[in-house]
Amino acid sequence: MAIDAATVRRVAKLARIAEPEERLEPLARELSAIISFIEQLDEVNTDGVEPMTSAVHVTLPMREDVVADGGDAERVLLNAPKSDQGFFVVPKVVE
Amino acid sequence: MSDLTKLTLKGAIDGLKAKSFSAVEVAKAHLDAIAAANPAINAYIQTTPDQALAMAKASDERIAKGEAGPLEGAAIGIKDLFCTKGVQSAAASNILRGFKPPYESTVTSQLWRDGAVMLGKLNMDEFAMGSSNESSAFGPVVNPWRAKDSSQNLTPGGSSGGSAAAVAADLCLAATATDTGGSIRQPAAFTGTVGIKPTYGRCSRFGIVAFASSLDQAGPIGKTVEDTALMLRSMSGHDPKDSTSLPVEVPDFAAFVGKSVKGLKIGVPGDYRIEGMPEEIARLWDQGIEWLKAAGCEIKSIRLPHTKYALPAYYIIAPAEASSNLARYDGMRFGLREEGGNLTEVYENTRAKGFGPEVKRRILIGTYVLSAGYYDAYYLKALKVRRRIADDFEAAFKEVDAILTPTAPSAAFPLGQRNDDPIAMYLNDVFTVTTNLAGLPGLSLPAGTSQTGLPLGLQLIGKPLDEGTLFSLAGAMEQAAGVSAKPAKWW
Repeated sequence: MAIDAATVRRVAKLARIAEPEERLEPLARELSAIISFIEQLDEVNTDGVEPMTSAVHVTLPMREDVVADGGDAERVLLNAPKSDQGFFVVPKVVE
Repeated sequence: MSDLTKLTLKGAIDGLKAKSFSAVEVAKAHLDAIAAANPAINAYIQTTPDQALAMAKASDERIAKGEAGPLEGAAIGIKDLFCTKGVQSAAASNILRGFKPPYESTVTSQLWRDGAVMLGKLNMDEFAMGSSNESSAFGPVVNPWRAKDSSQNLTPGGSSGGSAAAVAADLCLAATATDTGGSIRQPAAFTGTVGIKPTYGRCSRFGIVAFASSLDQAGPIGKTVEDTALMLRSMSGHDPKDSTSLPVEVPDFAAFVGKSVKGLKIGVPGDYRIEGMPEEIARLWDQGIEWLKAAGCEIKSIRLPHTKYALPAYYIIAPAEASSNLARYDGMRFGLREEGGNLTEVYENTRAKGFGPEVKRRILIGTYVLSAGYYDAYYLKALKVRRRIADDFEAAFKEVDAILTPTAPSAAFPLGQRNDDPIAMYLNDVFTVTTNLAGLPGLSLPAGTSQTGLPLGLQLIGKPLDEGTLFSLAGAMEQAAGVSAKPAKWW
């Protein structure tokens, strides 16, 4: 299925990536080409096939529900774009 | 003293143990070579000379005390995707430029535990998304190899292009790399080096910047089969911090190199003989078959009928996982923040500025295939096709011990040549991507050269956790191929 500019605008919004208006058409063409490439999959009969969600046959292990790390706000904040007194500083969320 | 950068990893470790030279001398020789070559090759995003010399000095002290680790004093390069404590780990992206992790990835911490010395961080495609190294925010890597009588710059492949180029140009003894769809093996093939993507779960993914978590796997690139075996042993092992890392013993992989391969059954999949395969690739493959026959292997024709659907399935699954993994880059806790009028604008501006075109393209594709109304048609369908691909291999491995294929459909191509056509770029991974989907180990080794004198690689695919057999087969083929050519130094 071809992707149009309006779809690109919607998907870019979902992905939280600002795309300027003039990029929507070129992106629609690029993404349509990729989508038509992946639509080859329609040729494969997958009736009754279980989706494969893991590359290895193992059940994920459980561990004790105990604190193993943490309590180090300074290290956590080391790479923060903005921080203040042990907190991340973020834009206002509620007006 | 002869040039220490020409040594293999094994040669360097042995020489260090015998005190023929010191770890500091090895580190210095490499740092000098990098300083001279990097302006032309761009394999390193940054070097870490102070750290390298301090680590080398500590190695020399351990060697003097008779406490040398298995990789003691070995000067290696680290792909920028690995978090290294206090050293920029940017995944070659502007969104992580300046990010200095306060922790170390498990794989690199195990290399340091075993005595390796870090020379610096290696260039790569942004977030490991690419097959030519051109999506790096730090500029493309240039392949040390050039075609005969040509001065055109070629791609080293990707995404581990910096790792492969650095090993080929003797700018490290070996390097770490990662492989989501062929990112270790295709660059290894393009640069005449050896690369192995082990079984999914062999190496911990903790501290490796995530691209597509169900496909990502770390592995080494080295000058010889034995060198990659030595590296992989140190890189492997269960890690409680990655619940998908397998709680299994790590074998002495190097002990498999040189073992007889007599009687092993090798599958040759007709389905890999794709339309338009260059004659020289087909010939190389036939040559590989002959070498294995001569070594006593039995060759069997096998079918992997869903091979053709591996790339389309990959280009749903990998972008879907990437769009989810990369949601964390929101400008709040680390990385770039670009201001805006409200919170949503901050997100949108940060991600618009921080991500390059290929990364954005993949996030958009991934978001699209996961969005309401399309999830079943695309994502779920791809997961079912993935199962069929894995089933193909499972059936084949009832008949054979390993599979032989070409690594890539061509030799290294000129930088800039395939930039405008994402699909043409994606086709680079047509032979490698199947093993990521099935979680199997795959090894690429140099097997010959193209008509224009460029390296070409062959790939061995193994059963889950049977890297040992791959090392034995690759060792036999390496000996038969006798490829020891290095790129002529033009830089």
